[in-house]
Amino acid sequence: MLRTNKWSKTTVFAGVAVIMALIGFACTPKSGSQKAKDGVVAADAAQKVYVAPGKYDEFYALVSGGFSGQVSVYGLPSGRLLRVIPVFSVDPEKSYGFSEETKPMLNTSHGFLPWDDSHHPNLSITNGQTDGRWLFINSNNTPRIARIDLTTFRTAEIIEIPNSGGNHGSPFITENTEYALASTRFGVPIPQKDVAISSYKENFKATISFIKVDPKSGNMNLAFQVLVPAIDYDLGSCGKGPSRDWCFFTSYNSERAHTLLEITASKNDKDMVTAINWKTAEKCIADGKAKEWKSSYAHNTYSDETHSAKSEILKSQKVLDPKDCPGLMYYIPVAKSPHGMDTDPTGEYFVAGGKLAAQITAYSFQKLLKAIEEKKFTGDLGGIQILDYASVMAGEVQKPCLGPLHTEYDGKGYGYTSCFVSSEVVKWKLGTWEVVDRIPTYYSLGHLMIPGGNSAKPWGKYLLAMNKITKDRYLPTGPELAQAAQLIDISGEKMEMLSDFPTIGEPHYAQGIPASIIKDKQVKIFELDKNKHPYAAKSEKEGKVVRDGNTVHVYLTMIRSHFGPDNIEGIKVGDTVYFHVTNLEQDWDIPHGFSILGANAAELLIMPGETQTVKWNPEGEGVFPFYCTDFCSALHQEMQGYIRVSAKGSNTPIKFSLGK
Amino acid sequence: MQKYSRLLIFVSVALIALAFLFPLWDIAIFAPQYPEGLFLQIWINKMGGDLTNVNILNHYIGMHPITPESIPELKFMPMIAIGLMISGAIVGLINKRPLTIAWVVIFTLIAVVGLADFYKWEYDYGHNLNPDAPIKIPGMHYQPPFIGSQVLLNISAFSYPGIGGFALMASLALAYVAAFGHLIFKKKKA
Repeated sequence: MLRTNKWSKTTVFAGVAVIMALIGFACTPKSGSQKAKDGVVAADAAQKVYVAPGKYDEFYALVSGGFSGQVSVYGLPSGRLLRVIPVFSVDPEKSYGFSEETKPMLNTSHGFLPWDDSHHPNLSITNGQTDGRWLFINSNNTPRIARIDLTTFRTAEIIEIPNSGGNHGSPFITENTEYALASTRFGVPIPQKDVAISSYKENFKATISFIKVDPKSGNMNLAFQVLVPAIDYDLGSCGKGPSRDWCFFTSYNSERAHTLLEITASKNDKDMVTAINWKTAEKCIADGKAKEWKSSYAHNTYSDETHSAKSEILKSQKVLDPKDCPGLMYYIPVAKSPHGMDTDPTGEYFVAGGKLAAQITAYSFQKLLKAIEEKKFTGDLGGIQILDYASVMAGEVQKPCLGPLHTEYDGKGYGYTSCFVSSEVVKWKLGTWEVVDRIPTYYSLGHLMIPGGNSAKPWGKYLLAMNKITKDRYLPTGPELAQAAQLIDISGEKMEMLSDFPTIGEPHYAQGIPASIIKDKQVKIFELDKNKHPYAAKSEKEGKVVRDGNTVHVYLTMIRSHFGPDNIEGIKVGDTVYFHVTNLEQDWDIPHGFSILGANAAELLIMPGETQTVKWNPEGEGVFPFYCTDFCSALHQEMQGYIRVSAKGSNTPIKFSLGK
Repeated sequence: MQKYSRLLIFVSVALIALAFLFPLWDIAIFAPQYPEGLFLQIWINKMGGDLTNVNILNHYIGMHPITPESIPELKFMPMIAIGLMISGAIVGLINKRPLTIAWVVIFTLIAVVGLADFYKWEYDYGHNLNPDAPIKIPGMHYQPPFIGSQVLLNISAFSYPGIGGFALMASLALAYVAAFGHLIFKKKKA
């Protein structure tokens, strides 16, 4: 009944809010809240989000699907849902995880996993600017990072991360997409072993993983992992410009607690920000400072030529211990239990939300370098030196709101921070650290997104606030309610609420990109001539049925509006039948679907020029229909066929035909 | 005029060559589901464009698929054009008016027969329908327009000469000037 992770968070925040209210902690939004709640928005709000039929939105928003495991694609400013991209969870609508070709995408060292929790989409960048090539996103539960190809809006690759207990703080992209970084949320024994949970401090560890991204193909490989003390690493951000060699992570649980974290991990006034230099790490690796560890992790890739995924289990990776690599990483104290860590567009400031401390801390990169040079250390945690807070801190946004979580930038000198507890966005000025505006959201805002707002070049026109709770905001639908995104106009001095729309799953973060960067690079069809699927039938003449022992391969074609062949006989009870179905169409937006009665799988949804396979085990004798599941033409309803199943051991010969 | 006549014939021959580089005729089809259009190009020796998709659409109403291999014109039209160019070059070299006139007459006959043949092909294509067609509308034919546009059910079809077609027209026009230009220019001088 409870969604535990959300519930516990909510409980903590609610408790904090009550306490703060009791002690008269005055930090509530002062204006506008009642007005906007009543649905009163500026008179021209509708005009600003209205995109006429047939017209395109200005931005793509790529929104994490949270516990749906997927990524949803919306147009902004309209909020129209364009597509749900299956990533970490099966999607019967698109046969993802059901067709033989896509099953390997969800393979892991634990076998085939039908579900995960997708969190933080991050676009590939060149010189710190979004380039519209790929979208990376993490799975939170069983640690993985996926790469989505933005020419097909499909998942192209998934790599598992070994030696990680929960992959929340992930994936954060370096300035030219050299690496995607992933940090461990839960400290665990690394490598895994059977120990008492109470031996956390002695036995538990965490890692920060560096996934190398091939600049041409985008292919990922686990270059190395850094073995770090077991605190709960949280969100991160890689530097840009002057700070391009560094990445930063927040963390909580500096207490290194292993039970009732909501209390025990909230004792210390300060937690830690991690600053890690990937160039230094590369140098140490090159100097042979890393050790090769045995492990087991899956690497899955999808080919648009064979129209198939393959999964391989990799067996080792490099692990670097910071004590073998001086200058690799430092801790910096931060207001307790922070969440977001966000580098500003210039790369000079990196900003942490205080979450439980009602404080936003901005650090200066120049001061960081100076503090390291001058050895302003105050101690260490697990062998990692802790820098003096005041020597690195550039400024604090004082009492901005309750529960500041995550900051993005507009490129015009302002930061915008989401505030979970007080359900609002605050706008503050970089340098003076003054709050200049605030606007309520409904309710319990988690992440926010400005297109390019975490990159070197934000498009500071819209802000998307992603809310965890909607309560009374929409028509009620029983106990299960939608999460929501709210669109805020940030082009002027004052933020202005424009619209809201429900989202798929709980959005944890999103990315936005001007449509012009990717819309003209879209793949429309797969060329049939280039189809290298081993079971493709590239013309009706190649349609056939081949028996191989108890296995039968049906090479099936589809074109408006028939299958070839569409009458099949000679199948026997106990056979395993593979329907390899090729869509012969070569025209945009003419997919065909396929399903057969009793299929213990999803439909196949096959794009022009593509081949997909579904397995079918006939359990009884008879004649079974199959049909096209995607309304393809005026004769779609006629697009059907029959397959005859005879008794085990019968001598019905294999026979197939079309139009006879 | 006589020396211009030779030049005109050579230009005329060169323009025929253009018909090998550009389509003779362009057909465009728009429908609600095809806002971006489907396009067919008729070349002197081949068919180009969205042939597969046009064939798929047309099978609903029983129009026979266009298969370039079964259109003999695409085989002998290039030969005729080459013959016309060789003979034109010879006529230009000799540059005697009666010969030029004869060439122009032959060229004209070929053009007329060619266009009539194209019209007949369009007529057959639009009228000679498969009796097993899934969609049959009594009295309906689907002959594409010869030149201009026409609405056929949900489809708007447009048909116009391509660059190659215009080149042939210009070529024929110049041949006429070469053969009969002296009549016009004499009159003006007088």
